[in-house]
Amino acid sequence: MTSQSSATANKDVKNLTAELDSLLDEIDEVLESNAEEFVKSYVQKGGQ
Amino acid sequence: MATPKVCGIETEYGIIFKGGDVNPITASSIIVNAYSMGNSELVGWDYIDEHPGNDARGYSLDDYLFPEFETQLVNTVLTNGARYYVDHAHPEVSTPECRNALEAVLFDRAGEEIVRRSMQVANEGLPSESEIVLYKNNSDGKGNSYGCHENYLVSRQTPFTQIAQQITTHFVSRQIFCGAGKVGAEHRGLTGKNSNPNLFQISQRADFFEEEIGLETTLKRPIVNTRDEPHCDPLKYRRLHVIAGDANMSEVATFLKVGTTSIVLAMIEDDAFPAHLVIKDPVHAVRQVSHDPTLMAVIEMVDGRRLTAVQIQIEIIEAATNYAIRFGLDSVDEQIGNDVLQRWRNVVSSLQSDPLTVANIVDWVAKKRIVEGFARRHGLQATDPRLKAIDLQYHDMRVEKCLALRAGLDVLCLPQDVMWSMVHPPSSTRAYFRGTVLQRWPSDVVAANWDSVVFDIPNQGLKRIPMPEPLRGTRELVGDLLKGSQNPADLIAKLGDEF
Repeated sequence: MTSQSSATANKDVKNLTAELDSLLDEIDEVLESNAEEFVKSYVQKGGQ
Repeated sequence: MATPKVCGIETEYGIIFKGGDVNPITASSIIVNAYSMGNSELVGWDYIDEHPGNDARGYSLDDYLFPEFETQLVNTVLTNGARYYVDHAHPEVSTPECRNALEAVLFDRAGEEIVRRSMQVANEGLPSESEIVLYKNNSDGKGNSYGCHENYLVSRQTPFTQIAQQITTHFVSRQIFCGAGKVGAEHRGLTGKNSNPNLFQISQRADFFEEEIGLETTLKRPIVNTRDEPHCDPLKYRRLHVIAGDANMSEVATFLKVGTTSIVLAMIEDDAFPAHLVIKDPVHAVRQVSHDPTLMAVIEMVDGRRLTAVQIQIEIIEAATNYAIRFGLDSVDEQIGNDVLQRWRNVVSSLQSDPLTVANIVDWVAKKRIVEGFARRHGLQATDPRLKAIDLQYHDMRVEKCLALRAGLDVLCLPQDVMWSMVHPPSSTRAYFRGTVLQRWPSDVVAANWDSVVFDIPNQGLKRIPMPEPLRGTRELVGDLLKGSQNPADLIAKLGDEF
C-alpha cells in the first residue's frame, strides 16, 4: 500500500481548470442519454 | 489510555433493475448470489449473537418488537472476513474489522470491487435487454435514504453521554471534508414541498437527521445512534455505530472520515476533547453546514460563540495536535494517525482558502465542479435533470459509467492490494482467523459471525470458537497454529489462549 504525501496532495487551480475541460468532454460521452427518464426512474427503498 | 480504534465500514448500495419488473430485494439477492456463484463454498452468517435492539442507554427494543430475521435473504461471510448480504432491499458489504483508517479504505475499496464483480456476473446471466446497476450513494433524491455506517471500538468505561455529546460536534462539522455532495434537497415525507432543486449541498445524508440521539436507523434518524451491540466483550467495549456519514467515492475522503473520527474518539476516551466545543442545536446545524457550500454558515455553540464548521474543525485539529503530543497516537496506529493529522490540517486550511484546491480529495467539491462546469458549458438551468443525472452517475459502480473515476481523485490503494483484499483478510484483527479458516476449510465451517466461528467436527459435532477480543485471532497470534494444523479438529485440539 502506498500513500501520497500531503504536501503534494493539493493541485493548483490552474491545472484543475485545464483538466475540467477534458473531463467535461468525457462526461458528454458517458452521461446517461435520457437524463430526465433516468433521474425519474431512480427510486430506492429506504434503508438504514 | 484510549482503546485501540478497531474500525469498519458498512455500505448499502443503491440498486436499479433496468429492462424488467424485478423488485429491489430480488435484484439485491441476484447480486449477492452472483458473487457466491464464483465462490461456491461461501458460508452462512450466524445470527446467534445479534441484538440490534439493545440500546446504549440501558434497555432493549427486542423486549418490545419482533426481531427482524432475514431468513429468506442471502447472507454470506467472505474469505476476506467481510459480510456480504441483502439488507433493507439493498446489497450491503460490511468490511472486516480493520486496525486503522488506511486498512478501512483498502477493504472499502475491496467491497467496491466485490460488488462490481457481482454486477458483471449477474448481468451475464440476465436477458440482454436487462441490467442491474449499483450506486455507492445514500439517497435517491426523492426522500429515500440508505446508509454508509462506520463502526469504532470504544471503551465501556467512557460514559456514553460524553461520547454522544462530543462526537456530535465532529459529525456536524466533518461534513465539510467527507460530504459526498448532492444536487437538490429532500425532507422525508415532504418530497417536493420542502425541497429546493436549485441547491447544491455538501452531504447526501444531512436532510435525513431528525434527532440528536436514538436507536433508530431507518426512521427519525439520530445523529448519534445508540445501538449497543458490541460484537465483542460487552464488559470492556462498546461499538460506536455511526450512521451520520456519506458513502465516499474518494479514497482520501474515506481515509479522513475514519481517521479523524478515530482520533476524536481516542481524545474523548482520554478526556482530551475540548469540553466547551458543544453545538447548541446539532440537528439544525447538520443541515446548515450541508446546505452552505460557501462554508460561511454560522453555528451557535452552547458557550455563546458563533463558529463556522471550518472554525470548529480548526479547534478540534488544535486539540488533536496537542493530544498527539501528550498521549501519542498508538490507539489509531501511530504512523497512520500522524498522516491523518497532517492531511486533516491541510484539507481544512485548503477548504478555508479555496475549496477548489481540494477537488482531488473532497467528493462534494469534485462533484460540484463537474455539475457547475457542465451547466456552464451547455448553458443549463439549475433545475435541468442532466445535473441531477451527474449527481447520481458520480456514484455509478460501472467502470464505463462512473463519473467519480473520471474526476481526478487521488488514490491511496494500489490496485493489486485491492484485488488481494477481496479474498484475504486483514492480518491484525480477529478477521484474520475468520477469513483464514473460511479459506482453508470452507466445508467444515458451518457458520460464522463477528465474534465466533462454528465448525462441524467429525464425531464431535458443532464446536463454537468465541472471539470476544477484536485484537486477538491475528496472524501474529494464530498464523503458525493455523499453518501447523491439519484440519479443524487438529486446530481445536491445539487451541490455547489465542482468543
